Amino acid sequence: MLAAVVTSRLATLLFLALVIAVVPVLAPSSFYLRVASLVWIFALAALGLTILMGYAGQVSLGHAGFLGIGAYAVAVGPARLGLDPLLSFFLGAALCGLVAYAVGKPILRLKGYYLAIATLGFGLIVALVLHSEAAVTGGPDGIQVARITLFGWRISGATTWYWVTAGALMIGAALALNIAASPSGRTLRALHDSEVAATGVGVDVAARKLAAFVVSAVYAGVAGGLLALMNGFITPETASFMHSIELVAMVIIGGTGSVLGAVVGSAFLTVLPQALTILQEYEQAVLGLLIMVFMIFLPAGIVSSLKRFVLDRAP
Amino acid sequence: MSEFLQLVFSGLTVGAVYALVALGFTLVYNASDVINFAQGDFVMIGGMGTVFLAAAGFSLPLATLIAILAAVVVGLLLHRLAVEPARGASPVTLIMITIGASIFIKGVAQLVFDKQFHSLPPFSGADPISIGGASFLPQSLWVIGGTLAILIALWLFLEKTLLGKALLATAANRLAALLVGINVRVVLALAFAVSAAIGAVAGILVTPITLTRYDVGTLFALKGFAAAMVGGMGHPVGAVAGGLLIGLMEAFGAGYVSSTYKDAVAFVMILVVLFAMPQGLFGRRSLERV
Amino acid sequence: MSKTAVRPSALRAGAFAALVAASFMAAPSSVLAADPIKIGSVVSATGPASFLGDPEQKTLKLYVEALNKKGGLMGRPVELVLYDDGGDANKARTFATRLIEDDKVIAMVGGTTTGTTMAMIPVFEDAKVAFISLAGAIEIVEPVRAFVFKTPHTDKTACQKIFEDLKGRKLTKIGMISGTDGFGKSMRAQCLKVIGDYGISVLADESYGPSDADMTPQLNKIKNTAGVQALVNPGFGQGPAIVTRNYAQLGISVPLYQSHGVASKSFIDLAGAAAEGVRLPAPALLIADKLAGTDPQKAVVTEYKKSYESATGQPVSTFGGYAYDGIQILVSAIERAKSVEPQKIRDAVEATKNHVGTTGIYNMSAKDHLGLGTESFRMLEIRKGDWVPLAGVQN
Repeated sequence: MLAAVVTSRLATLLFLALVIAVVPVLAPSSFYLRVASLVWIFALAALGLTILMGYAGQVSLGHAGFLGIGAYAVAVGPARLGLDPLLSFFLGAALCGLVAYAVGKPILRLKGYYLAIATLGFGLIVALVLHSEAAVTGGPDGIQVARITLFGWRISGATTWYWVTAGALMIGAALALNIAASPSGRTLRALHDSEVAATGVGVDVAARKLAAFVVSAVYAGVAGGLLALMNGFITPETASFMHSIELVAMVIIGGTGSVLGAVVGSAFLTVLPQALTILQEYEQAVLGLLIMVFMIFLPAGIVSSLKRFVLDRAP
Repeated sequence: MSEFLQLVFSGLTVGAVYALVALGFTLVYNASDVINFAQGDFVMIGGMGTVFLAAAGFSLPLATLIAILAAVVVGLLLHRLAVEPARGASPVTLIMITIGASIFIKGVAQLVFDKQFHSLPPFSGADPISIGGASFLPQSLWVIGGTLAILIALWLFLEKTLLGKALLATAANRLAALLVGINVRVVLALAFAVSAAIGAVAGILVTPITLTRYDVGTLFALKGFAAAMVGGMGHPVGAVAGGLLIGLMEAFGAGYVSSTYKDAVAFVMILVVLFAMPQGLFGRRSLERV
Repeated sequence: MSKTAVRPSALRAGAFAALVAASFMAAPSSVLAADPIKIGSVVSATGPASFLGDPEQKTLKLYVEALNKKGGLMGRPVELVLYDDGGDANKARTFATRLIEDDKVIAMVGGTTTGTTMAMIPVFEDAKVAFISLAGAIEIVEPVRAFVFKTPHTDKTACQKIFEDLKGRKLTKIGMISGTDGFGKSMRAQCLKVIGDYGISVLADESYGPSDADMTPQLNKIKNTAGVQALVNPGFGQGPAIVTRNYAQLGISVPLYQSHGVASKSFIDLAGAAAEGVRLPAPALLIADKLAGTDPQKAVVTEYKKSYESATGQPVSTFGGYAYDGIQILVSAIERAKSVEPQKIRDAVEATKNHVGTTGIYNMSAKDHLGLGTESFRMLEIRKGDWVPLAGVQN
């Protein structure tokens, strides 16, 4: 009984919805709402990555590049091309998918570390372009993002953004769960377990991997767009190598391949720096140490370890 | 011609450092299948350690020696406390562990040292040497010569000593190595220690030219990793060739085309090489021949 | 000690992590003997801009420490709530929100880079709390925003100062090599904007990455460009030191101009003998010991230099000076306003007149939230490993 509840798709969504509903009640100030909104946004990006890593077994060390593309789309679209911000937002997500398709086609032939370095290179090149093409992107100092209006209603304020980002996360989570349960999701996971076996039973391995890469890029693009719109200002730092690493760390710390894991991982790495400020100059060292400790002792991630803990005690 | 020569000197100097870092990646990868992202931080420990020990009154040779030993100790601890307990983890998890270690080392370095840039006096003067209209620093010769010396020493070690042969055997087949009585644990620790020492030496050689700071490791790790991949992961000669190639391409790119995208050169090259030759320039693991 | 240690809000943020497990707990807000005045700061003490942010952080801590030793402000202790954004604009924005919403600071001195400053501006504008930025770009105070001020010279004034000097030497054709970091890029753009006013043209325009270790390829290109009469290097950190070394290595004979981004003694140490003859615009801070006794800035720069260098063992830099000026302007504004009400503080900051700082003499107004002219820069030349003010160039 308990096992069924813990693992069911609907339960995951209900639990997420419950947490989302409870946070504003408990948050003492809108600062906490902002942190929570960031958790939802990065969870969305981590969700995409977990589809790639958990379902398809491929890693990307350059995913912040897509975060950057999505973010700069909503900044550059209205400012330089006169496009509507909302339209730019969707165009940005679509652009991420397109770029992922173009880049992924050759890259995904590579395996393991070769794939890691190729995606890492891709991310660095995106960051470098955002840095260098100052005429379009505003350069290292960043660029202002136009406020977004929906049906004459200006989206601003911490509370509004909290619900917008939470809504986006819910949609993203529902989609991810459906992908996981769908036949293609199952084949993806077969890929993760054994590519040879999957090929043997007639799965078009390359096409599935590419599809997972494109989907994960769109997730990151949407997250980047939301981040830019919420902050109203964006710098090339968004696409930095460190951010790519953070996204991967979120997935692994939470639990690769798990929707809740992506959210927990995002919460962990977003809230942690806020908590670590009391350590002042020791912050960096402790952050590095915590990442190491989690990777070494909880390689399956927080969520699956918790799940196992609960299931082991279930009657 | 003088411009070409100038660029060659520049490229070889920087490339030699990339090559040494790539060599460190290769050694550890061969022995343990781990990509050690903290490899660049050994370069930092070598440079910063020497700077601070020298400032504390140690003579330069003694300071370099202690700094190299310090890097070796950090390398051994990294292996013992972080990599070994995670044996059997996925490659991504292992990458993340070493990245965590790299963040940790930088975090500690900014406390132990400081956040300023530092330099070392050049080993044999700062007067540029002029050849064919190009001028370069005597320190460049130290860097290139040092790289050569390390290469030769490493080759002798791997081919002529029992320990080195054990390392090669472990790289080729861990199970077989175990079966013939090689203490694989010791060999793996050795790989980390040697790669740390190589990184530290690179840091000491290059600091008089490039300056150093607590966070210089990241860039060296990225470029060194790229060099190792371009050469074909796991191939020592490939690592050196990859490093020199990236250094030269960066110099030519900046000198003849544009300096804006200099940092992209290494990664564009990787993408091109990997698309054409998915196993890198020197094929996969020629070490397996042993 | 600075009062940035364990604070209840941080504990609460830590507890926030447990929210997912639905076990939220709020720590009780602490009651201090005399209610402290809370001043906020977000700087980039780590990350790529730590070369700027680190001295800023140290300066702010030292200043508040000294202030509290002297009895604080209006009889109340001052608490500096300081966060490190690591150079990340998104993090800076979050910390800014935290300062306003959670720590409830009455004003803020910080914002190391233009990027982090621009990201934080809306938070302080919305909350109507004064924000004194430590970043360079002109768009921070142009157009004027009601609650945003800044203390560093703008890059434009540095360019003007360099071009004035070039014009005085009748050098009209220059090569430029700039860092691609925020500082270098912004200054390059500003220089290109005003260069026409001086009849100077750029024959070669090169750049280098923030962590590049060798600039000989770019410099060689400039060296081989016919007609270049001077070299200008907008940049900060280790880049300009390497440029200067490479410039000497290649034997380039035209004069080299650096910017205020290198204005710290550590530049001379790093560049070594190669720095000989390099000129740069810099604030009076660098030549504290060489200022005439009658110089209005003599007292303040000597005081700051002494306290910073004895406490940290590191040479003062322009950037720490910006923080010193920022916090001093704020403290003096609070004293004049005799109030900790954010609106009154803002008004008092805007009314800053003849404030003698380490960077220059500030005269702010409703139209100018910086209040420095080009005269605050002095043209220096490096001779025998030391700064020497150039006679006749001072306005």
